[in-house]
Amino acid sequence: MTNTILRALLSYWWRSPLQLFTFLMGLALATGLWSGVQAINSEARASYDAAAATLGEGQFDQLVPRVGDRIPQSVYVDLRRAGWLASPILDVTFKGVRFVGIDPLTTPTQMSSSSDSGFSLEDTDLIFGNAEVASVLEGFVEVTIDKSIPPGIAIADIGVVQRLFKRNDLSRLMVLPEQPIRRPDLVKIAPELVVQPSQQIADVAALTDSFHLNLTAFGFLSFAVGLFIVHSTIGLAFEQRRGMIRTLRSLGVPLSNLLSLIIVEMGLLVFVGAVLGILMGYTIAAMLLPDVAATVEGLYGARVSGTLSLRPEWWLSGIGLAFLGAGMALAVRIWQIMQMPLLSAVQPRAWAIASAKRIRGIAILGMILLGFSGLLALIGTGLGQAFALIGFLLIGSALVLPWLTIKLLDFAPGKGVITSWFWADTRQQMPGLSLALIALLLAVSANIGVSTMVSSFRVTFVSFLDQRLAPELFVRVEEEKTASALEKYLLERELEVLPLLTVERPVVGQPAKLYGVRVGRTYRESWQFLGADPDVWDQVSKGEAVIVNEQLARRNNLWVSDEVDIAPGLNIPIAAVVGDYGNPQGQVVMGELLFRKLYPNAVATSFGIRTTDTANLRKAIQADLEVPDSGIINQASIKSMSLEVFERTFAVTAALNILTLGVAGFAMLMSLLTLAGMRTPQLAPLWALGLTRTWLGVLELARALGLSIIVFICAVPLGLALAWALLNFVNVEAFGWQLPMFFFPADYAFLGGLAILATLIAAAWPAIQMVRKPPATLLKVFSNER
Amino acid sequence: MLLELKDITKSFSGVDGEVEVLRGVSLGLDAGETLALTGESGSGKSTILHISAGLEVPDGGSLHLEGVEINGLGEAERANLRRSEVGIVFQQFNLIPSLTVEANIGFQASLAGRRDKTFESELVEELGLSDQLKQYPESLSGGQQQRVAIARALAVRPKLLLADEPTGNLDESTASAVLTAMLDLVGRTGAALMVVTHSAALAEKMDRRVRLKGGVLL
Repeated sequence: MTNTILRALLSYWWRSPLQLFTFLMGLALATGLWSGVQAINSEARASYDAAAATLGEGQFDQLVPRVGDRIPQSVYVDLRRAGWLASPILDVTFKGVRFVGIDPLTTPTQMSSSSDSGFSLEDTDLIFGNAEVASVLEGFVEVTIDKSIPPGIAIADIGVVQRLFKRNDLSRLMVLPEQPIRRPDLVKIAPELVVQPSQQIADVAALTDSFHLNLTAFGFLSFAVGLFIVHSTIGLAFEQRRGMIRTLRSLGVPLSNLLSLIIVEMGLLVFVGAVLGILMGYTIAAMLLPDVAATVEGLYGARVSGTLSLRPEWWLSGIGLAFLGAGMALAVRIWQIMQMPLLSAVQPRAWAIASAKRIRGIAILGMILLGFSGLLALIGTGLGQAFALIGFLLIGSALVLPWLTIKLLDFAPGKGVITSWFWADTRQQMPGLSLALIALLLAVSANIGVSTMVSSFRVTFVSFLDQRLAPELFVRVEEEKTASALEKYLLERELEVLPLLTVERPVVGQPAKLYGVRVGRTYRESWQFLGADPDVWDQVSKGEAVIVNEQLARRNNLWVSDEVDIAPGLNIPIAAVVGDYGNPQGQVVMGELLFRKLYPNAVATSFGIRTTDTANLRKAIQADLEVPDSGIINQASIKSMSLEVFERTFAVTAALNILTLGVAGFAMLMSLLTLAGMRTPQLAPLWALGLTRTWLGVLELARALGLSIIVFICAVPLGLALAWALLNFVNVEAFGWQLPMFFFPADYAFLGGLAILATLIAAAWPAIQMVRKPPATLLKVFSNER
Repeated sequence: MLLELKDITKSFSGVDGEVEVLRGVSLGLDAGETLALTGESGSGKSTILHISAGLEVPDGGSLHLEGVEINGLGEAERANLRRSEVGIVFQQFNLIPSLTVEANIGFQASLAGRRDKTFESELVEELGLSDQLKQYPESLSGGQQQRVAIARALAVRPKLLLADEPTGNLDESTASAVLTAMLDLVGRTGAALMVVTHSAALAEKMDRRVRLKGGVLL
């Protein structure tokens, strides 16, 4: 009996390949986008974990110099002799690869060897790195490939790295967890060092969590849009099989057997759809991963492997979510079958009529959710609440849309018989089309919201670059001697020279960069502040106050006139807060004099130069001071490079935007196609009364056009509300900065055009089917034989 | 007695409240006997048929099939009895649209676990369906679909065959041919037949005729 029932159930899909395709594709698209994003996230997290495990960052306290970034080897020897258990590390960056030299004898074991791949630094002069690093360093040094080494890192014995770069000092010392009970104070042995507690060291995974949460949110949105397709397809499949289910039961199939086998049947299909989705997700992830790697590196300086692994955590979560989503849709249908009287009439449109009755109730629920969203906007704080706000906003609007569309259709113009029928028929189609329209609304509004955020960010970023990159030329030298010669050379030419003095030290307990600036015309004219005292630059120049960047201010709830610690025991007031969109770290800007007093050993090796004759100055510096060409960069190059990084950073968002719109277009196509199959009995009488098939096809297209315009009109305010929430809540929490919101009407019009075009393409297929429908098919409607 | 209905009552909810469709109907049917159930539309004919098949549960009275009290059975047990002992020919045929004619004919017999392909071939031959075996129901005429429904109901060799207006959608000559074939096959299988019909000609061919009016037997 089981085989017979299962064969009957599956025969439906065999005879309805379009339904099967819709079902599998809907599920595959939903799972694909979700698992693709999860694949990217898990790959990135694996890279961060590998980096933390290999380098010990975030796990152990470290000893770092109070000033500069070098520790003489003798200091390490003194510490060891005094009983301090520490392990030396030398960090050198070359060709974008971070060489990490460690001492295999004193370092924690997991850093000098890997049980997974078997690499070990003991008694070897080998340098280990992954395949990417090996290819970058080809010709410079031979790298033994080991896939367990995190991306962008070459690891070797400290002696090997010292020899390679002709160094005899150290970068930092890792304090081992077990120390002798009596050890002398650090101040007595090495006063030039300071302990940096492990929790103060930038935890890359924590820093990038916000970015990945953004990606996850996008993946979830795509999954939700895809699930609308699955929900709609499952609903339609059950509705069309209502007759078959009735027949099976009347022929003696017990309800429990039937339901069990329906669950098995759906389980098989969901599994196939989910596996297709996983394959699709892998492809999407492989395509997007390089851009994500660029984004994460650009925003946080964290390295992510460019190659994708098939990790169980993302493909299992994809399959799990596919079963969960389909299960939710299935549960509703199973409940309906259980409630369905055995002899209930088979009404192909019964579900649609029943749905129509629920539209108002659903709209009320949507309005309540919108109310919650508004409430969160007023009182909510934190990233979780920001996403809850966006979730309520999107879901609430989606639930209100069908009711709102019907209400808007009441205002549709036209008095003729055909026009009246057309609008009435459109209202009747709403239950069947509402899921597709909701998918379109979500996709278009997400596009408007995210593109508004990105474009607002771009406008702000360009203005930020204009402020920060005011000097026409930037020169970087390697040697301190050359640096002082260069400064003298430039000052002799009576040029405005802006030395870039910098040190890294914790501020308000968090890693930060301190800058010393030469206050002059450039800073006074170029910099714009988010909040400032009227005489900012005078205060900064006199060393009476500092400027902090927005990230530092917002994360620590600081603003103008609050105080920050810029050196041990020295707190100084904030004169201004400046927008900073180039990095996630906190920054403190102080006057040059104060900086040199606090950090006398810091030397500027980079300079910004104001000049009207860039080309000749460049040639002169090269000729007179033998500075290599690569050390001199003009303003335009840096600007275009920065903008390139910016564009690449948001390439992932743009790709996800397009994919989401594609999924919505697909949802629309499938809804229209499935509805077209059921509409013959409604259209045949009109054909019999004198409307041509071509005219009926044109009316179908016009309906799709009208509905997509309504959806677009609703999507614009929703998208702008989404952008507002992203800019004012999510960005502040995720990146630490708040951006002004700009409007881009031309972009929205273009997007509206795209959405309408996608809908028209989706509507074209069923319209053509209508035009080509043989009269015999239409006549069957009037025959008892149907 | 194969089928015995005693004091069966049944009501349905209508727009104006409860509508009493059957008011104490008692009826019996012996093995091999044929019975025509006639009456005006809405008199309760189809309801008696559905109750006899275990598709509907009566509000009152008792119903025995081969001595088993059907009212006392659960949903699964009634389904089990229906698929193995009862053949039903619905007015709207209720074929499975996604299965071929051949698969439809053997469907209930497969469910009951007693498929007999030789017997199915005889049914196909007798009902003139040999050329339609690989076709799907949507491509058949009403008469052909009716014959497939009859073949499906008989293929399980039921003890009780219930038919709701089996010739209602057919022209006179096709109706006559289908009825002749059906009666011949019922005779050969030894099944009892209860037919709901408006057709006097069809009723005339049954062993017994009962008329229903306002929910009671006349």
